[in-house]
Amino acid sequence: MSDKSAAASRTGTWYEPDAGLKRRYAADKRLRIYGVAAIVFALGMLAILVGTIVSTALPAATQTMVTLNVDLPADRIDTSDPRGASYQMILTDAMAKIFPEVDTPREMRELRQLFSNGGQYRLRDMVIADPSLIGRSVPFTFPLADIGDQLHKGLIDRNTPREQRRVSDEQISWYDRLVEQGRITTPLNTGMIFNADSRFPELAGLKGALVGSFFALLICFLISFPVGIAAAVYLEEFAPKNRLTDLIEVNINNLAAVPSIVFGLLGLAVFLNFFGMPRSAPIVGGLVLSLMTLPTIIIATRAALKAVPPSIREAAIGVGASKMQTVGHHVLPLAMPGILTGTIIGLAQALGETAPLLLIGMNAFITAAPDSMFNPSTALPTQIYIWADSPERGFTSRTSAAIIVLLGFLITMNAIAIYMRKRFERKW
Amino acid sequence: MSASILAGVLLTLCLVGYVWGRIKSGALKTGGMPLHSIPAYHGYFVALWCGIPAFLLVLIWLAAENAVVDALVISSLPAYLTAGVDDARMSLVISEIKSIAGGRIFGTPDAALLEAAERYNALRETASLAMFVCALVVATAGLSFARARISPEFRARNNVDGILRWILIVCSVLAILTTLGIVLSLVIESLAFFRRVPVTSFLFGMEWSPQTAMRADQVAAEGAFGAVPVFWGTIFISAIAMFVALPVGLLSAIYLVEYADERVRSTVKPLLEILAGIPTIVYGFFAILTVAPFIREWGMSMGLSVASNSALAAGGVMGIMLIPFISSFSDDAISAVPQSLRDGAYALGATKAETVRQVLLPAALPGIVGGVLLAVSRAIGETMIVVMAAGLTATLTANPLEGVTTVTVQIVTLLIGDTEFDSPKTLAAFGLGLVLFLSTLALNVIALQVVKRYRERYE
Repeated sequence: MSDKSAAASRTGTWYEPDAGLKRRYAADKRLRIYGVAAIVFALGMLAILVGTIVSTALPAATQTMVTLNVDLPADRIDTSDPRGASYQMILTDAMAKIFPEVDTPREMRELRQLFSNGGQYRLRDMVIADPSLIGRSVPFTFPLADIGDQLHKGLIDRNTPREQRRVSDEQISWYDRLVEQGRITTPLNTGMIFNADSRFPELAGLKGALVGSFFALLICFLISFPVGIAAAVYLEEFAPKNRLTDLIEVNINNLAAVPSIVFGLLGLAVFLNFFGMPRSAPIVGGLVLSLMTLPTIIIATRAALKAVPPSIREAAIGVGASKMQTVGHHVLPLAMPGILTGTIIGLAQALGETAPLLLIGMNAFITAAPDSMFNPSTALPTQIYIWADSPERGFTSRTSAAIIVLLGFLITMNAIAIYMRKRFERKW
Repeated sequence: MSASILAGVLLTLCLVGYVWGRIKSGALKTGGMPLHSIPAYHGYFVALWCGIPAFLLVLIWLAAENAVVDALVISSLPAYLTAGVDDARMSLVISEIKSIAGGRIFGTPDAALLEAAERYNALRETASLAMFVCALVVATAGLSFARARISPEFRARNNVDGILRWILIVCSVLAILTTLGIVLSLVIESLAFFRRVPVTSFLFGMEWSPQTAMRADQVAAEGAFGAVPVFWGTIFISAIAMFVALPVGLLSAIYLVEYADERVRSTVKPLLEILAGIPTIVYGFFAILTVAPFIREWGMSMGLSVASNSALAAGGVMGIMLIPFISSFSDDAISAVPQSLRDGAYALGATKAETVRQVLLPAALPGIVGGVLLAVSRAIGETMIVVMAAGLTATLTANPLEGVTTVTVQIVTLLIGDTEFDSPKTLAAFGLGLVLFLSTLALNVIALQVVKRYRERYE
């Protein structure tokens, strides 16, 4: 660079932008553009995924409810045994009062289709809870059936020809009259969380799945956390370098990559068949999940133990602690934030795991939340699977809503893990 | 209930043991004798001796109880129920007895069965009571044994450390036990399957229709369990997935490492990682909700016939799932190439693209290959996406718009619902599981070897 003008005067020098150089720069630019395109594609897919799930879930945020004035005549409900009365008939009478022109059995059946089948049970529970209602006329609020719900949310297009529509013209006109009379409300869909599963979308909720997932994760944590730490402490702090420890290490690395469905086969053959444990029970799910989570926790714990500087150990040994005391009193507490972070991430993975739970039968249709971890139950991801498989249209938005609940738990757990890593991470 | 009572009693006994050991050794100390270990360690020693043997006893008891009770009930059955009955029939009888014992009675069962059910319940009750008593006896025995050993020169700390060390060893051996459990359960059930269907016709047969082979007279029907179309479907869908994931993952890794500034890198990388954290069931639902209808519409507009569960939809969504795998492995591999190689290339006048193509990629290739192999093993073992989005019928086709089935889909469909463990239909799932396990294991081992050797080269 000493003599610029002299260099410029020479033709065909190395910096002259000839055709070859242009081509090379263009290739460079292309690679850059491909890279950006790849990232845009990946993130775009993420955005589409989240976007479609959220937008299909939105209708499930509210539940369309109807309020009817229900007569509870004393001659039809026995005060001493309110359970035995026919609440179906009582509700039908209340409907007939609003729509006096409906008289043929076929029309009556169509009218009833507009209202949730669960209404009679809600009414029964209301009367049992407060027998003083008997003999009075009370306003009673309960869900519209799936078709009514979809009609209200605009998910059914009225302009499509009758043959392609799931609602009859009469049903639409009845629904319109209910709206005119101000009987339709759309409160927040709390049933989504507090109801157990049901065949009817408007009644189905996640309570059973949430309880089942909680029990399974509890078992998973109670087993994989202590066992994982113990195994990692042994391998990192005590184990001599020999064939056995090599074998254990290879094993752990491979177990971390075994497909989850294989763990399901293990659970089916060993826990259900060999030990005769109950099918569909959260305890078996938890056991299988704990075997899957174990490698994750062991690997995370070993990394956390490695990060504790040797000077800590030497100081403890120096003042007369035994090896076990050194680890228990000093190394483990210092490594604990890292271990907990790894554990939470492992549990989050376990929460989203579906395939092994399917194989041990946690996809059963169960309409009540389990009382204990030995009762049959579903879990959050298997409930999503069941709903995704259900033909009723109302389940589409419920499935998306359940996915959002699941993602909400995962995001919370990961956020806690990231926070803990940031907050407690120590640089030595 | 009774389990929690037992646990409570045992824990209380341990606590008593701890306090007792502490007090006794403390008394020795105040008596003027120099103790080898501090009193707390004597306490731990007694508590461990009290709790661990009882805990082990309960574990073994629970594992064995089922088999023993079943055997006792069977031996008490009248001869006309047991004579000349094979194992499969016997397990049916046992499960009927159990459901009667649980209060679920259908129809009018045999009087002998009712009696057996009563006997079963009685045995169960006796067994749990006996377990309770035995556990208590063992716990007290351990407690008094340990307490008797307390003396000033007793090395309580060394003993406790030794016991804890053994606990640690047992916990780390659990990893081996898990692998052993997987291998044993797969191999045993597969052997039972291969006794009915020859290995060769399973591995090389061209027709897979296990649902039609359910009736007894069809079991021997040759070809119903030929798994080649299933293997092909797995490979096909995995290939489609890699076709999506490999270019996208690799190009985004190249961009992030070589072109992007730190700010872009630190936002894009975690966002890509989110793709890896989304549960596969969500991808499955995404596939049937959005991707499959989209591909169908697109195919219709081009005049193609597209199956609603096309391999393209399942494979494509699986590819999206695998992008972060490829990108983070490639990222690590490219970042690990020493800066001196880059500087050398730039000094020779190479552009960034030329450096990437001619220097970095060849140098990082083993790391990238390792990542790709792990991703392939992921794709093969991936279950929920294909269960929801891929087909059920095994077709040998290379048309991505048709539906194919995979090993994992077949395992799930064969085992969901009713599982009688004697039909070749359910056993076939374990045969498929064995193939799946072995192939992913081979891929993982090779991948780890490749990555390891690569690391050694630059460290």
